[in-house]
Amino acid sequence: MVEKIYDSPAQALEGLCKPGMTVAVGGFGLCGIPEQLIIALRDTGVTDLTVISNNAGVDDWGLGLLLQTRQIRKMVSSYVGENEEFERQFMAEELEVEFNPQGTLAERLRAGGAGIAGFYTRTGVGTVIAEGKEHKQFDGHQYILEEGIVADLSLVKAYKADTSGNLIYRKTARNFNPMVASCGRITVAEVEEIVETGTLDPDQVHTPGIYVHRIVQTESEKRIEQRTTL
Amino acid sequence: MPLDRNGITQRAAKELEDGFYVNLGIGMPTLVANHVPEDMTVWLQSENGLLGMGPFPSDDQVDADLINAGKQTVTGVTGHSFFSSAESFEMIRGGHVDLAILGAMEVSQHGDIANWMIPGKMVKGMGGAMDLVAGVKRVIVTMEHCNRKGQPKIIPECTLPLTGRNCIDMIITDLCVLEMDRSKNLFSLVELAPDVTVDEVLQKTTAEILVPENVQQVSI
Repeated sequence: MVEKIYDSPAQALEGLCKPGMTVAVGGFGLCGIPEQLIIALRDTGVTDLTVISNNAGVDDWGLGLLLQTRQIRKMVSSYVGENEEFERQFMAEELEVEFNPQGTLAERLRAGGAGIAGFYTRTGVGTVIAEGKEHKQFDGHQYILEEGIVADLSLVKAYKADTSGNLIYRKTARNFNPMVASCGRITVAEVEEIVETGTLDPDQVHTPGIYVHRIVQTESEKRIEQRTTL
Repeated sequence: MPLDRNGITQRAAKELEDGFYVNLGIGMPTLVANHVPEDMTVWLQSENGLLGMGPFPSDDQVDADLINAGKQTVTGVTGHSFFSSAESFEMIRGGHVDLAILGAMEVSQHGDIANWMIPGKMVKGMGGAMDLVAGVKRVIVTMEHCNRKGQPKIIPECTLPLTGRNCIDMIITDLCVLEMDRSKNLFSLVELAPDVTVDEVLQKTTAEILVPENVQQVSI
C-alpha cells in the first residue's frame, strides 16, 4: 500500500513546492487552518505564490507568516481584515488581491475539484464582481459565469485521519477544508490524530482518502482570534 | 425619541417567525438574537458552517474549533449541525434561508445596498455579504438613518460600490421603518419611532420614498 503518513510537516511538503505555484489553503479566520504546514511552507522559502484562502491569517500566525516573508504574490480571498502587514503590502500595491464573494469562492473550489469548469450564480450581479464576466439569463434572472479552481497544492487541517487518508473534521473547523482537499493536484492534510485504517466509522468520513495524498500528525496550537465568553 | 440599537434590533426581531432559518450580519444585527421571543424557535445560520448557533460560551466551554462568522467563540443550541462552507452557501444561495438581517453604509431608493467597500480606504472584502443579498428570501437592513457626519444613508443611487441590486426588502433605522413596495419599486414609510415626524424622516432621506396617509408608530 502507498504510504501516506509523513513524519513532519517539512517532509510532507518535500518535492512539492515550486516558485509561482498556486496553493489552496483551508480554514476560516484562524479556525481549521493547517498551521504547521503553513510554517513548513514558509521554511521551504518558495516564492511568488498565488494563495487561495478565505482569509489571510493575522500578522504573526497563519498565512500572515508567508506575507511577512513576502512569499505571496497574489491572494484570492473573500475577507482579509485583521492583518496589518497585508494592508501595508496591499496599499503599496506590492501584493495582488482578487476578492471573491465567500460562497463563490467555496463553490469555485468545489467545482474545480469536481471537474466542473464553471457555473452560473446570481451572487455579484450588478456589482464590480460581475465586470467582464459572461452574463446569462435563467428563468428571468441574471446570472454570471464563475470558473472552477484547481490548485497545484492544497493544504488542509482535519481532526482525525486514518492511514488511508480518510478525514474527519471537527465542528466549524471543517469550513473550506473539504473543497480545498478536493481541488488540489496534490493534497496534504495536517491532523491531530492518525488512526489505523478501519477504525473510523465509514458513515462519518467527511473527506474520503482519494483526495488526500499525504498526511502528517502535528501538535496544533489552535489559536483563537476572538475569545468571547458570557 | 429615536430608537437606540437595542430598539432597532427589537423591532427587527418582530419580523421573525417560528421555525425561521436566519442569518445575522456582524455588528448591530447580532443583537437581534437577544430579542427572539421565548416561545419561538429560530435557527441562526453562521456562514462558516453552523446552523443552530447559540450564545457565547462560558470560560470552560470555549472551543477554538467552534466560532461564528465574526470569528468569535460561540456554542451550538440543541439540534445544531456543522457543514462545509460550500454547503453553507448552498443554503444561502439556494434560497433556503428565510431571512438575513444586515448592516449597510448606503441603501438606494430601489433597494440596492452598499456595505463592503469605501474607495481609498483599506478594502477588507465582501465576505459572504454578496451571496446573502443575492440568495436569501428576505433581506432586512438595520442601521442608523444617517452616517456619522449626519449625511443621509438612504439615497437615490448608491455612491459606494454595490453589494447587490434591488435586494433590500425592509430598512429599520433609529427614525423609522421602510418597506419595499415592489409594485412601485420604492420604499414606503410604514412606521415612525416615537416623537419622530414624517418631516424629519423626509429631511434626512434624499431617496424618493412613499408616504402613506397614516404612518404608525413603531411597535416593539
